[in-house]
Amino acid sequence: MENIEKLIAEHAFFKGLDPKYLKLLAKCATIEQFDAEDVIYREGKPAKGFYLVLQGRIGKEVNVPHRGPITVQTIEEGGVAGWCWLVPPHNNCFTARAYEKTKTVAMDGECVREKCLEDQQLGYEFYKRFTNVIIAQLQATKLQLMDIYAVQS
Amino acid sequence: MNTRVNDPMLPRSFRVQRVRRETYDTFSLELKPARGNGGIKFSPGQFNMLYVFGTGEVPISISGDPLNPQKLIHTTRMVGPVTQAMGRLKKDDIIGVRGPFGSHWPIELAEGKDVVIVAGGIGLPPLRPAIYYLLKNRDKYNKVILLYGARTKDEILYPRELEQWRSRFDLDVHVTVDRGTGDWRGNVGVVTTLIPKAPFDHTNTIAFVCGPEVMFRFTVIELLKRALPHDCIYVSMERNMKCGVGLCGHCQFGTTFICKDGPVFRFDHIKDLLEKQEI
Repeated sequence: MENIEKLIAEHAFFKGLDPKYLKLLAKCATIEQFDAEDVIYREGKPAKGFYLVLQGRIGKEVNVPHRGPITVQTIEEGGVAGWCWLVPPHNNCFTARAYEKTKTVAMDGECVREKCLEDQQLGYEFYKRFTNVIIAQLQATKLQLMDIYAVQS
Repeated sequence: MNTRVNDPMLPRSFRVQRVRRETYDTFSLELKPARGNGGIKFSPGQFNMLYVFGTGEVPISISGDPLNPQKLIHTTRMVGPVTQAMGRLKKDDIIGVRGPFGSHWPIELAEGKDVVIVAGGIGLPPLRPAIYYLLKNRDKYNKVILLYGARTKDEILYPRELEQWRSRFDLDVHVTVDRGTGDWRGNVGVVTTLIPKAPFDHTNTIAFVCGPEVMFRFTVIELLKRALPHDCIYVSMERNMKCGVGLCGHCQFGTTFICKDGPVFRFDHIKDLLEKQEI
């Protein structure tokens, strides 16, 4: 069996985190694998947690009536999928689908929230790391919104 | 003495050999000299002034193989009256060509280094000659990495060539689109999101960047985050070029002229100018 603590320690998201916290967070983690086209979580449904991508690719989709699903972002090895579990009402904002065979560490959101409440130093560290993820995605989204490759009038 | 032979303002006649539709609004023209065999020798990154007789003249970067100057290729997008008229040209039509003009990608300086090529949208054609050159002289370079971003799957330029390049073991090709529609299962996100994972050694890398100005500004930010020095980043600028030889002043950019001193600049040479909103 793979050492889950080692897997999360090696993931970019937890890089440099105090080993005592890695031990604690490993209790909230399970390995989950998905085949291509598997839905990992669905938009609007309760957000159970987040996924550290170890291998493969996950697409974040929004379903648009009469147009079908539009992929707004993909997350590859070293990335993190899912942040809506962080804040109420804890429902998924997007649908996440595996675009190829994908291996992840699934982190239980409720368990992580509890650990963060119990040890606020961990909570601060954890939210700081998630803020970096959110900022990077926000920056990328701003560029997407600018539609920079369109013909400039 | 015939002083007109080397007159940079005098167009030469070229015959259209082929018009190839690349995307819904982008096409490539393959040209050959209308008289004689003298092709246009150029360096990757340079541009020509293409003259559609009776309509006008526009600067278009050369997107063909610099080691095969007999086959002159230009890829452009239909955005104004001249490029729209160009898109209506057919085989055997005649077009005027002046050039080549401007600076080029520093392919000699890149020898012995990793080369990261970052292209956005219509920024890929000015980089394609550099890719051809690097691949034909592959043993002179370390890793060669191409990061390409397009708006959608249907707007990816040269898809067959990208597939061929991706199948090589000595070239890293990563393509992303801003909007993943239909059956697209590749990367989705702006091209800058590919940079953190690009496998280059920042202590021995040179980057060539071409695309809309806003794209290369953010690309440079990501490259700097990877600790690539300012003087190892080269960008291709675009302005309203007219004469091609720095006389008319249309493309003046601070103290430089894009047509003569550019279009390819070392980033630290224009960094301060890019920060001035008035320019």
